[in-house]
Amino acid sequence: MSEMVQVLVNGEPRSVARGATLLGLLATLELDPRTVVVEHNRAIVRRLKLGDVTVAPGDAIELVHFVGGG
Amino acid sequence: MATALETIRDTPFTIGERTFHSRLMVGTGKYRDNATMVRAIEASGAEIVTVAVRRVDLDRSKEEGVLHHLDPAKYFLLANTAGCYTAADAVRYAQLGREAGFNDFIKLEVIGDQETLLPDVQGLLEAARILVKDGFKVLAYTNEDLITALRLEEAGVAAVMPLASPIGSGLGLVNPYGVRLIKRRLRVPVVVDAGVGTASDACLTMEQGVDGILMNTALAAAQDPPAMAHAMRLAVEAGRAAFLAGRMPRREVATPSSPVTGMLD
Repeated sequence: MSEMVQVLVNGEPRSVARGATLLGLLATLELDPRTVVVEHNRAIVRRLKLGDVTVAPGDAIELVHFVGGG
Repeated sequence: MATALETIRDTPFTIGERTFHSRLMVGTGKYRDNATMVRAIEASGAEIVTVAVRRVDLDRSKEEGVLHHLDPAKYFLLANTAGCYTAADAVRYAQLGREAGFNDFIKLEVIGDQETLLPDVQGLLEAARILVKDGFKVLAYTNEDLITALRLEEAGVAAVMPLASPIGSGLGLVNPYGVRLIKRRLRVPVVVDAGVGTASDACLTMEQGVDGILMNTALAAAQDPPAMAHAMRLAVEAGRAAFLAGRMPRREVATPSSPVTGMLD
């Protein structure tokens, strides 16, 4: 079992494996990277870069998508 | 065979160098279910469809994203910044929307007050300037105030969207004069956004000469949303056609329609 670190995902604390990438986080959450936009510490991370960015303790990650609206 | 509409020469409806065939734009919020929403949007004939940017529900207790139900190849998805109360928030949501979406158009809302959802004009102008500089085609939701509309045009927005009345109110066009004035003075397209309640509101709005209408609640909260969407489609077309046709002058005395001569003794 790998060491876990605490991050905030959509405002809620979550444990992720140390060294996990954003792409790995999406996989853990069973989210298709094509359907969400990832903001990492207030910076948008492009889809193709999600595998390059490693999650660090205390990171704030926002996962958003389109919902119904006017 | 030419229809009556084809005999009227209309100018193309172009926003941000992109031409659209329908002058009716619709939202995707507040429908009782997705199947009803899809049927209503189809019945409306709209090409531009607005969506909001929100957090993914990680517990999957709520609905999935709206893209599961709308084909992005069929509709032009226009992300909004609804729910944003500061320029900074609106800019952040716009950037997320651009990343999630398929174009660089944004329906910019900066709200100033929770009860009325009226725009914060100062925040709106600030966000519009930032987003235009960042390459966005900004469609700015605003009051029916000429000076704000002029400032937005100066800021380089792609379209100005004055309200008919507050969002979700269904009160109809409360200030036709203000909307007409904005249309007369601006060069960018003017699309009335919010407040239309029923078909006559849409028709009256289009008769002011504006380029289009965006509506959501009027369809979503109707008893039969697809049927209301059909009515709105006809109303927008009728109002546009009537504007182009040019209405008769108003007069306060009657003038007979039948000959006054040839009457029997």
